[in-house]
Amino acid sequence: MPADGTLAAPVSAAPRASSLQRLARRRTTIAFVMTLPLIAVIAGLVAYPAGYAVYLSMLNRRMDAFAGFLNYEILVESETFWLVVWQSCLFAVTAVVLKALIGFWLAHMLHHIPAKGQRKWRGMLLVPWVIPPALSTLGWWWMFDPTYSSINWLLAVVAVPPVPWLGEPWWARASVIIVNVWYGAPFFMIMYLAALKSVPEQLYEAAAIDGATAWQRLRYVTLPMMRNIISITVLFSLIVTFANYDIVRVLTNGGPRDLTHLFATYAFQVGILSGNIPRGAAVSLFMLPLLAVFAFFILRGVTRRNREMA
Amino acid sequence: MAGKDLSRRAVLGAGAGVVAAGTLSAPAVFGQPTTTIRCGFWDHWVPAGNDALRRLCAQWGERNRANVVVDFITSVGNQNLLTINAQAQSRSGHDILSFPTWEPAAHQRLLVPVDDVMQRLIAKYGPVTPAAEYLGKQGGRWVAVPAVSGTQLKPACVRFDLLQQHAGIDIRAMWPAEDRAGPGADQWNWETFARAAEACNRAGFPFGLPMGSFTDAVDWLGALFTSYGAHVMDERGNPTVRGNAKLRAAVEMAVRISRQLPNDVWAWDDASNNRALISGRSALIFNPPSAWVSARRDNPAVGAQCWTVPVPAGPEGRYVGYLPYFWGIWNFSRVQGPAKELLEFLSDRSSAEAQTSTSAGYDIPPFISMNDFQVWANEGPPVGTVYNYPIRAHHNARTSVAFAPAPPAMAVQAYNQALNTKLIARIVQANETVDQALTWLERELNTIRRGG
Repeated sequence: MPADGTLAAPVSAAPRASSLQRLARRRTTIAFVMTLPLIAVIAGLVAYPAGYAVYLSMLNRRMDAFAGFLNYEILVESETFWLVVWQSCLFAVTAVVLKALIGFWLAHMLHHIPAKGQRKWRGMLLVPWVIPPALSTLGWWWMFDPTYSSINWLLAVVAVPPVPWLGEPWWARASVIIVNVWYGAPFFMIMYLAALKSVPEQLYEAAAIDGATAWQRLRYVTLPMMRNIISITVLFSLIVTFANYDIVRVLTNGGPRDLTHLFATYAFQVGILSGNIPRGAAVSLFMLPLLAVFAFFILRGVTRRNREMA
Repeated sequence: MAGKDLSRRAVLGAGAGVVAAGTLSAPAVFGQPTTTIRCGFWDHWVPAGNDALRRLCAQWGERNRANVVVDFITSVGNQNLLTINAQAQSRSGHDILSFPTWEPAAHQRLLVPVDDVMQRLIAKYGPVTPAAEYLGKQGGRWVAVPAVSGTQLKPACVRFDLLQQHAGIDIRAMWPAEDRAGPGADQWNWETFARAAEACNRAGFPFGLPMGSFTDAVDWLGALFTSYGAHVMDERGNPTVRGNAKLRAAVEMAVRISRQLPNDVWAWDDASNNRALISGRSALIFNPPSAWVSARRDNPAVGAQCWTVPVPAGPEGRYVGYLPYFWGIWNFSRVQGPAKELLEFLSDRSSAEAQTSTSAGYDIPPFISMNDFQVWANEGPPVGTVYNYPIRAHHNARTSVAFAPAPPAMAVQAYNQALNTKLIARIVQANETVDQALTWLERELNTIRRGG
């Protein structure tokens, strides 16, 4: 192949190619053409909506004049908005930590089940993650129902007074986190299980020969080998949990007193229900810098570790 | 030129073509619909509620040689709001859409003014209820026609047996199924109501009044505030919280009542109060007759003890929560003229009565003169239970929209953020003082005002 990257062709035998033909034969051109569908998808489904959201957030409420950063300024000065920011962080961080811990524990349990029965358990534990969350949350809502809670009915059997699951702020916050953890823990479990299976058995054998305890094996073998998958899973889950909508919408609608609102539910309330689409867009865009900071640190860690391993 | 020779075969062929084309197109000219109107109506809660609109549209289409395509869009999951916003953004979709309460004001620039339709209807049937005018008439122009289908009032649906037994109020005698007020009707005010709430709560049948962020909660509290003349914003969008004695009086009454409610009302949605009534746990709710219809089906013993009565009066009058729908025509519609004719047809008395009757009396027509349909007198058991559902002359009542008279663009934000129920929740649930809660309310209203 010639050094310029064009496809080799017997120059003397073929008639002289036009410049268009030469362009089409270049590897870079072919590569570009082949990636065009992907570029079109990203431009149409990611870049355009994101750009349009930024544009919308800079309009006035009637969307007939440019308002600059007014919507952001108003949000920054709003007490309710800062409540939403705090709650979103509390919700996302608590839920992701619990999901990671429960997922890790479940993955360990499964890993030690004999292969024959493992598939059955794996399938059953994945069920919460497979059911559409809007439907499963409805089931949870019936359990938490203010008046007819089945959980309260069970508590009454053992003489425990009824719990206002969705009516009292801290219980309501706990309820939405519980449902999110129930829904998301299987994802962590399956990711960690895959990571556990990829840890070479020889490392454990070497550790056993060195007299390592179970805790030391976990601390110095398992966790370092799983660090990258843990980081990526946490990042992915953090993004999805931050943007959660259906659980809060179905369970509490942001109440009581806006104390369970998340970015997405608050954006919907402001943008669609209250007819202020620009400010709704501004609310949802506020997630971006927060998530970007998380993503930066997590991905930097992954890259560093990859370099060290290389 | 050879090509231009006219042969006998060509003449016959062309003649046959002309005859065929004429024959085929004839029905399109003389019999087939020439216009297609696409309507997106609200998908009614009452199972048979859509039938009347479907039938009326077909009937109008036949008469006017128009093809009326009707879609019913649910409000479950706010699907109708999403549809409205998507069509507004894309400038395409239906010709006529059902717009819930605040949407005509929000999309007024994209709606065809319907002053001509409303003028003719008002000339025929008299004035529309004032709350419909506040929401549907923007900048002096009607931007949508107040709809019959889906429009509801929220009077009190009372368990008359429980109220008699525990509060000593014979509500059926007070508000009989006749065009007159009974003994004690003049005392049916919020003070009496609060005392009855206390008595029923003591007896284990608390009133089922939601205090969350859904419409039933915001509407009943809005009606209470309005009956005290307690407005939190004026017509120009200025907060009127500070030094507002009427507001303070309304807040104190709302706090007093809410202390007699079940402790989970802060999380109730629009179905929770219905369930409280139907299950027999509650002595009173504010709701359209849908709760009673469900009780009649699911718990007939409770359904037979229900009686709908006007909302209690306050110092400034009697107001009932009003949650209307509107029919609007997009300005990108190509059939604006026929669409207006269709809406006029759907609003006339016989069409309105058909819609109200099919929905078991749920739908409230916007014209005050239409509040005498037979369906409200005949429905039962007990017969006459929803007689007082529409506003009758002897009720001395008016419709109320929470946060009116603030400009709709601002009122809608306060309404959807349920600022009135949160105000009470701050006092009752979070133990703030009235002053602290009112200061918070003023801050929220200023934020709304600043954004316009």
